[in-house]
Amino acid sequence: MPASELKPEQFNAYPPEARKLAVENLRVLKILPLSFLPSLLRELIEYDYKFPAERNALDRELSNLNKLSEEDWKNWFGKFEQIQLSASLEKFDWINQPAQFVEQLSSHLWTTHQQDTFRKAATEYGDRLHEAVPPQEPVAPRLSIVIVGQGVSASDYPLFRKLRPHGALYTNVSPEGGLNILLEFAANRSKAHPEKYAHWYIDGGQENPYDPSLVCISYRALEPARNLLLAKMQKQSEAPGNGPENLRTVMASLRPGDLKLGQAGDPVLSRFELKLLAEGSGTQIFSTTFAQWAARETQRRAQPLTLLVRFAPRQRQRPMSEMLAVSKETPELDPAGSLVDADMGAYYTWLNQQRLTGATQASFLAWFEGHNTAIAIGPAVPRGTISNSATDMKQLLNWTI
Amino acid sequence: MGRFSPDIVDHRLSWNRREFLRDAAGLALGSGLFSSSLWARSGVPQKERKVVVITFGGGARDQETFAPEGQENIPNLMRELIPQSSFFTQVVNRGILGHYVATASLATGVYETINNFASLPPESPTVFEYFRKDLKRPPSDAWVVAPSNGFNRIGESSHRLYGAGQGARVILPKHLLSSATKGNPDYDRLLRDNYETPFFAPTVAGNEFELEQMRSLLKLSVDDFKTHALTLSSPDELSVYIVRRLMKQAAPSLLWITMHDIDIAHAGAYSLYVDGIRRTDRLCLEVWRAIQSEPEYAGKTTLFILPDFGRDSDEDSAGNGFQHHRTGDAMSRTTWMMALGPGIREGVVYDRALDSTDLVPTIGSIMGFSAAQSQGSLIKELL
Repeated sequence: MPASELKPEQFNAYPPEARKLAVENLRVLKILPLSFLPSLLRELIEYDYKFPAERNALDRELSNLNKLSEEDWKNWFGKFEQIQLSASLEKFDWINQPAQFVEQLSSHLWTTHQQDTFRKAATEYGDRLHEAVPPQEPVAPRLSIVIVGQGVSASDYPLFRKLRPHGALYTNVSPEGGLNILLEFAANRSKAHPEKYAHWYIDGGQENPYDPSLVCISYRALEPARNLLLAKMQKQSEAPGNGPENLRTVMASLRPGDLKLGQAGDPVLSRFELKLLAEGSGTQIFSTTFAQWAARETQRRAQPLTLLVRFAPRQRQRPMSEMLAVSKETPELDPAGSLVDADMGAYYTWLNQQRLTGATQASFLAWFEGHNTAIAIGPAVPRGTISNSATDMKQLLNWTI
Repeated sequence: MGRFSPDIVDHRLSWNRREFLRDAAGLALGSGLFSSSLWARSGVPQKERKVVVITFGGGARDQETFAPEGQENIPNLMRELIPQSSFFTQVVNRGILGHYVATASLATGVYETINNFASLPPESPTVFEYFRKDLKRPPSDAWVVAPSNGFNRIGESSHRLYGAGQGARVILPKHLLSSATKGNPDYDRLLRDNYETPFFAPTVAGNEFELEQMRSLLKLSVDDFKTHALTLSSPDELSVYIVRRLMKQAAPSLLWITMHDIDIAHAGAYSLYVDGIRRTDRLCLEVWRAIQSEPEYAGKTTLFILPDFGRDSDEDSAGNGFQHHRTGDAMSRTTWMMALGPGIREGVVYDRALDSTDLVPTIGSIMGFSAAQSQGSLIKELL
């Protein structure tokens, strides 16, 4: 169906706030090219379950679209208009299944060699939007803390190599009480800036006791949901016509209740947890992948002021079919490999924080749990330096933030 | 980090791809062409030449391979193979970045558009079909050793002028082992799949290589196969074991080996991805040494090693770094290739951009057949 034929009642299946937003912006939605519109609807349909930062960004994007002149419109969407869609895509129910449409669009773009054109159009759109509606600055400087190496008694792996040029490496940090000090520091920030969903604690294993002002998700707490999901994935793998694309479609149609999520009464958080497990590749089987992806998605979506990520050992690699099967046996762990995974995860967490507003004022700390090595990055920290002087976690935080 | 990644950091390939290699391996910059032909330089007539292709897969980035911080992962390529090779620093894959379809594109010299997850043959003629038809070679002279059931149709195309019975024989070592061991958990590590494969396990059908043929052609009993497999640690090691057996017993002139251990990266564990690269590095040297030690191959074989494509760069916020190859950014499209063998200039780096599709017509020129429908161009530096 062409976008120009959109009617308010076609959004009746949307959650209430999303429906209201769609109807209010119907004029703009009707003139967007079909190579673009479902990507916007994919965000819009989730509006009721989005974090405040995402809602704000979507509101501002729609407001901007409403202000564009006819001339602007040609510049902003000319390249999207050039994308050729297939008849099956045009007939697809992109109003009610925008995420599935975008999946199929992606496949179509690759097959028809239009991926590079689309990528260019999308990048230019993002750049224009960024310039027209600059993202809001954070109310306080951001801080990310990454804790790696749980369960590793000794390692000669050269940690934080990618981060070292950007900050100071400390080799003589007292590990005494380190985790509690860091969690307390995060909680204090949360109380000082009590914005909703702004302060997070992600644990790749069993979460440590934490202040309830922090939003917490952990791999262990999600174990029942993971097992339910694995059972569904297993069932899907046995279904006729199975394939990764079909699997993604099935995963995208899941609701929190399907995995018994949402019992804490926070539909926004339970939807987020669902997406981490159902849309993240490998998050169901490797705790290190879960922690890295959860941190990345928290940064991308919630844009936190404070993020503390603690990696835990993942299971050792086994045949994928075994890892995807629900098992009551405790799997053998791979602490050394997990340290390497977490080291890269720390780098990605810093990189993703740098993509958020306020990057120049943001701080970052990574620590080898239970050991003396840490790295700090921030506006007050000299780059590419090494300190061998004795210090402790509190002092390190004072120097860094 | 928005929907269309507005904060994409400049993702240009920041390395001077020529310089980092030259510095590391003491290589010379290649320029110009040979004044004599490959035949004159190598002394090997076309009809006696053999070609082995290894796809360094699935999907490896510069920063874990030839960039300075990645070179520790490929000690064998760096120390043993690069000094003997002509090295091309920019091989660009402009097609679909899925492993089966990209490998099919490499093997046809045409950017294939078949569904990556469907059990379909390539649509354009494969290098194996050109080779066999033009040179009137028997089926036993062209082989593919591939990791998973999804590659079982790679040997011959659906093209009306070629196709059924005119391409390469395909061996799927994991499929063989699975048939031979029937669920014995001792072999599970060799049957590992990447993250996506459990959801794509097409039934192998067609002219696939079965256990009985393993006995008759490779002179390998099921018991010996199983016994040796216990000493191996990964599916790619199993593939190379079969390759060595194939070289010894059948000595095909055109042999294509598709590695795949690296693709565990999709599960997001960086350490496993790097382990896969290190293993593949070791296996490449093992194949090269086998080429040197087998009388049927020594002194007359050209070896090509190249990834099917890269993986997403860390700098592109639309992706998640090494984990996938979905953004289509420059890092995921740009890889490298090395060529080794008689008549190939040694220790030389070429910095001009090649296309992935250039491989097939170049093999054709080396072996003396025409890849008439390939979209690629000859790599003249090798001819």
